[in-house]
Amino acid sequence: MAAAAVEPRVVVVGAGPAGSRCVEALVKAGIRPLVIDESARSGGQIYRRQPDNFTRSAEQLYGSEAAKATRLHKSFDGLQGRFDYWPESLIWNLAGNRIFVVRGAQQCSVEFSSLVICSGATDRLLPVPGWNYSGCYSLGGAQIALKAQACAIGAEVVFMGTGPLLYLVAAQYAKAGARVAGVLDTSPFYRRVAALPDLLANPRALYHGLGLTASLYLKGVPVYSGVEPLAIEGDAAAGVSAVRFRDGRGREKQLHCDAVAMGYHLRPETQLADLARCQFDFDASTRQWLPRIDRDGRSTVADIYLAGDGARIRGADAAEASGELAALALLADRGQAVDSQRVARLQQQLGQLERFARGLAKAFPWPHQLAAQLADATVLCRCEVVTVGEMRSTIALTGASEANRAKAFSRVGMGRCQGRYCANAGAEVIAAATDGDICSAGRLRAQAPVKPLPLALVEVAPEDWLEVSAEGVDPVLKPAEAGL
Amino acid sequence: MKQIASDVVIVGGGIMGSSAALFLRQRGLSVTLLERDLIGQHASGTNFGNVRRQGRPLYQLPLANRASAIWRRAKELLDTDVEYIQGGHMRVCYRDRSEMVERMESYARDAKELGLELELLSAPAIHKRFPFLGPEVLAGSYSALDGHANPRLVSPAFARAAQRLGARIEENTRIILVEKVGEDFQVLSEAGTVYTAPNVLITTGAWGNELASQFRETAPLTSFGPNMSVTEPVPYCIKPSVGVFTTEEKETVYFRQIERGNVIIGGSTRAPGFPNTCRTHVRPQNTLSQLQQIRRLAPGLGQLRLIRVWSGTEGYLPDWQPIMGPSAVAAGLYYAFGFSGAGFQIGPGVGETMAELIASGQTSIDLEPYRPSRFSPEVG
Ligand SMILES: Cc1cc2nc3c(=O)[nH]c(=O)nc-3n(C[C@H](O)[C@H](O)[C@H](O)COP(=O)(O)OP(=O)(O)OC[C@H]3O[C@@H](n4cnc5c(N)ncnc54)[C@H](O)[C@@H]3O)c2cc1C
Ligand SMILES: Cc1cc2nc3c(=O)[nH]c(=O)nc-3n(C[C@H](O)[C@H](O)[C@H](O)COP(=O)(O)OP(=O)(O)OC[C@H]3O[C@@H](n4cnc5c(N)ncnc54)[C@H](O)[C@@H]3O)c2cc1C
Repeated sequence: MAAAAVEPRVVVVGAGPAGSRCVEALVKAGIRPLVIDESARSGGQIYRRQPDNFTRSAEQLYGSEAAKATRLHKSFDGLQGRFDYWPESLIWNLAGNRIFVVRGAQQCSVEFSSLVICSGATDRLLPVPGWNYSGCYSLGGAQIALKAQACAIGAEVVFMGTGPLLYLVAAQYAKAGARVAGVLDTSPFYRRVAALPDLLANPRALYHGLGLTASLYLKGVPVYSGVEPLAIEGDAAAGVSAVRFRDGRGREKQLHCDAVAMGYHLRPETQLADLARCQFDFDASTRQWLPRIDRDGRSTVADIYLAGDGARIRGADAAEASGELAALALLADRGQAVDSQRVARLQQQLGQLERFARGLAKAFPWPHQLAAQLADATVLCRCEVVTVGEMRSTIALTGASEANRAKAFSRVGMGRCQGRYCANAGAEVIAAATDGDICSAGRLRAQAPVKPLPLALVEVAPEDWLEVSAEGVDPVLKPAEAGL
Repeated sequence: MKQIASDVVIVGGGIMGSSAALFLRQRGLSVTLLERDLIGQHASGTNFGNVRRQGRPLYQLPLANRASAIWRRAKELLDTDVEYIQGGHMRVCYRDRSEMVERMESYARDAKELGLELELLSAPAIHKRFPFLGPEVLAGSYSALDGHANPRLVSPAFARAAQRLGARIEENTRIILVEKVGEDFQVLSEAGTVYTAPNVLITTGAWGNELASQFRETAPLTSFGPNMSVTEPVPYCIKPSVGVFTTEEKETVYFRQIERGNVIIGGSTRAPGFPNTCRTHVRPQNTLSQLQQIRRLAPGLGQLRLIRVWSGTEGYLPDWQPIMGPSAVAAGLYYAFGFSGAGFQIGPGVGETMAELIASGQTSIDLEPYRPSRFSPEVG
């Protein structure tokens, strides 16, 4: 095999805050890592960069986080030439110590000596009748439209769900001049009060969060807490026309809009860790399955490290800390000397940020009882167009009480997204229908490819891509960005 | 200790065990079906779903025909739609393997006498009728009465039908010991329950040796996982299931489209099975070789994207034939395992044949090619 010509590499997946800091620590220690990221440019989700010919300032793009974004981008750009970088490249599978990467219609495989997975997170979604109409987006999708393309998902947008991003993205829309028809939070206000002691672990973030809410109030955006989403109104042809919900006092209300952005905090992207056969544990506080890691980010599989939101939802600052920490763990495991004081400091910082993250999870809990009670007619799996009622009757007929089994019979989770959007709610429906607890409903096992894979793939040798990335001028070095 | 008695204990709830359970109940015998994991979870629920007779050795055709008749009435028999589509099965060979044409022709002549009608097609006819096949396709053999079904649904449907007729079915019940004590067998589960019966049928697939070896009837069984993939859905237009006839494992690919629109692709190099963990992992290299080969067979598929790959653990014997028939050592003990990658279509026929054999002591199907002791002349 041609690939044997390339020595096993230290590979970092993801060039968000976790991956960027990981790369920095590795390069400082004299390693030349290979960085693979699906996006065209580094920065990850929160510090996503705009395309080349866009000229908004860092303040416009990242608000209160502009300085951090700029520092991170500069660090990454400043190290160019000291690592190999494959942007727009997706690791779609791995086996043993070999990763398989697709870029366009080309595929190439490389052996790794160590692999740090910094794959980030996506929105956790809760089905609601009508969420399959055009005009419905995840909060992440809504934010990407704004950050990357400077466009809004609609002229009049309702933000619905829970979590800090609900307020963040709504505020970003309001600031960008879009009309925010309302912010609907399923979490009642008292939860946030109860979570205050933990939230004080990161006063700066708490302060910014409160600032966001205040900015929405100041702009006259209606903000409701403790809501129950009832339906997204509209039709298949014209898309979304309104959101119907019950407010905190049980009154039915309706907000007109032409787009809805939804999200219920985040879920880690764990397919690669799963394909690498890392062990997972159920985390009762977030009702999610998480890959098991030690405090430095070692997974249960040798040579595989997990950092950032792909391991635990802890936010961007924690992503930076955990990325560096994973790099230091990797170096230590290779027998290289590491600064133990630095390690201790990062661990301590991470501990504090984890407390804050726990506070957020308490303040904005996943409304699992809403998932369990979804009306039969609600589409549960959008890819396969399977309703909650169909899932329930499949469970009743077959006795399936576990997610993979229920998927085999009902097709829920079998479509393009492979359950990334429906699995959380699906597990709640299964648990409720079988009287089982959510833990025994299990989790969908990841199956390759991580994202849909073109059948037209042509295999190339890694040397082909390594040459290009070492010699080619990377777009991130272009002067257009110098103003940042 | 808990004891449960029946006429027949079946160990292993794949398609063999669950269909045997139904047919035994239809013959009035009491049945306990014991499955280590979940019904149909392994090879029977993860396979490609080909319900094809052609390509099987001629001596297997009586069994395949018997199964074929059951497939055709599956909906009524099981009171469930198992998505059996009799869209035909096409077997094709490539231009650079023209020697296969003659083999297809002689197979078609012989198969006809055994009740399998095959229509031979030359390149122009094929490309006219199945325009999605690639230019490398030289000739084909079409079986109109074959097709495909949804493997995820089939074995559980058999088990439910058997249950409705009174079969006792226990999942998550791993059998660790089968012993003959006097006239009866004692079948012991890991949890400590003893199931007794004068007849035991071992249908434990790739794991057949665990219990067969307790009777010194160890078979040379190995385990593999064929590669499976599925594309995103596209408008439904391909009725038959199509496969390549070749002597090269890498080239052996096949595909079918389901009404939902997805195209299911199988074949090319297999991966080793991991019977100890009960999991198979698709080797990414094998997915790549499968993609390359499927584009030769049906170039248009190259425009689609795969959304998932999977595999399953299957037991193979050196002659690609199962271990099927009575034990040579213990009267009342029967085997049907190791179906070597092709047990889905014949599954219901195997179930019916084993039920017939156990209930009446004989069967119209010649079981000699599958004799359990054929690899160990010293036994029996
Ligand atoms: C809409 C949204 C808004 C957010 N806003 C905030 C916020 O304001 N504050 C905050 O603290 N957190 C926020 N977060 C959480 C945020 O994602 C993180 O805190 C931060 O970006 C995590 O950094 P990371 O490096 O772990 O992952 P990311 O920044 O998500 O980076 C992961 C990178 O890995 C790449 N990747 C993943 N899988 C593969 C693969 N298989 N092959 C190749 N590349 C791959 C991705 O393309 C991505 O570039 C937000 C999240 C979302 C979804
Ligand atoms: C990926 C793949 C593709 C295939 N494609 C096709 C195809 O297209 N057409 C075709 O005809 N055939 C196909 N086959 C072959 C076909 O699936 C098998 O031959 C058939 O399903 C075997 O059925 P079975 O009942 O013998 O085995 P299984 O379905 O494996 O069932 C055996 C059962 O026994 C249970 N068991 C094992 N040990 C114990 C124990 N000690 N106690 C209790 N229970 C136990 C197991 O848990 C298992 O459920 C394919 C196979 C695979 C894996």
